Amino acid sequence: MERLILFVYQNRAFFTFLVLEIFCAWLIVENNAYQGSKFFNSSTGVVAAMNNLSQRVRDYFQLSEVNMMLAEENALLKQTLEQRRQQVYPSNATVLRDSVFNKHYDFISAKVVNNHVDFVKNFITIDKGKDAGIEPGMAVISPLGVVGKVKLVSRHYGVVTSILHIDVMVSAVLKRTEHFGTIQWDGLDPNLVEFKYIPRHVDPVVGDSVVTSGYNAIFPEGIMIGIIDEVKLSDEALFYDLKVKLSQDFRKLSFVAVVRNHRQQEQDSLEQVIIKPER
Amino acid sequence: MSRVSVLQIISFFIYLLYQVLILQNVVLFHTAFCFLYVAYLLVLPVETNPLALMGIGFIMGFAVDMFYDSLGLHAFACVLIMYLRNYWLNNLTPQGGYDSNDTPSLALNGLQWFVVYATPLVLLHHGVLFFTEAGGFDLFWFTLWKIITSTIFTLLVILIAQFLFPSHRPR
Repeated sequence: MERLILFVYQNRAFFTFLVLEIFCAWLIVENNAYQGSKFFNSSTGVVAAMNNLSQRVRDYFQLSEVNMMLAEENALLKQTLEQRRQQVYPSNATVLRDSVFNKHYDFISAKVVNNHVDFVKNFITIDKGKDAGIEPGMAVISPLGVVGKVKLVSRHYGVVTSILHIDVMVSAVLKRTEHFGTIQWDGLDPNLVEFKYIPRHVDPVVGDSVVTSGYNAIFPEGIMIGIIDEVKLSDEALFYDLKVKLSQDFRKLSFVAVVRNHRQQEQDSLEQVIIKPER
Repeated sequence: MSRVSVLQIISFFIYLLYQVLILQNVVLFHTAFCFLYVAYLLVLPVETNPLALMGIGFIMGFAVDMFYDSLGLHAFACVLIMYLRNYWLNNLTPQGGYDSNDTPSLALNGLQWFVVYATPLVLLHHGVLFFTEAGGFDLFWFTLWKIITSTIFTLLVILIAQFLFPSHRPR
């Protein structure tokens, strides 16, 4: 026993090294899990406050672009409003009165305070958290397209798993033909994502829009993801190799909206009932 | 002695803040990252206790990780190079050996010695960091390219910083 203690003491540098590395490895594994670690991340108080500060400086460089984007979105919204106003309703009785119709999705606007695009697993920090009603698992979109899913939240900040994260998959639909597949990033170019599982008989062309499918109760249906940039079909493959150019340039992300689906629980629990007996 | 450690603590925060507030936004061509904070770990005094070295490496890495949302990654790489640092330094002992309070910096032994000292450690740090982050060797060539470009970029910035702010000129 004495010898053992002596041995450990003599090699204390190596053992400290071992302990620290194992601890780090444990942290890495823990952080890779879907919900991640609860305490030490960029939504923690001081860290988030400092990111906020540095974002405030960065904001000035993006002002004109953000303005333009907001103006465009405003114009689009006005246009839809105008179209709606001009629609002829047969009678007022059909106007939506049931609260169920009105309360499907809520949108909570948030500002990006920290954003990476160049790693293989990228995360975005936003300035709204638990206090604003944000919960892990909610969808995050921007005026131009899909952004990601909320990974974890603190009181005032949230960490979002960006769509530019090699483990994130989003169910998507080829808008023209309505065939659905899966969007996943390959870790290389932050402008392009892969669109998988589109079978051979479909005929996708460059320029087709890809939108969310709304099958998983996280993203609302029909949110823009991007347009097809490259179509490849090797002779023996079952599915196309499609590259989709993201409509939202992630390097210029500054304002996002968090989507709260009021019927998510209902849909999930209903689907759970079906999935269980099949197993 | 206490003056030195106060300086060390201050420069710890300067390196950390510079990394997370400014260099976090600097990525050249989407591949070349700059992790200047490694320079702080490299120029810690030669005589520092190896346990303290690893402790400082861990704290630095952990702090950077919190900003990069990559818990454990930087800490892992930092502890590794801090463990190997002293062995590497012993291999590179200049003629006459080190004095106590020497820092392995550019001002001490000149450019060539410093590049030989820093390059493998920075390369190792980046290599471990990027391959762990990629979660394996699936994107081997792309990750390798990232590692090489980042190492060159980081080394350049470290050298510039060393020229601008020489730590402890030998007297």
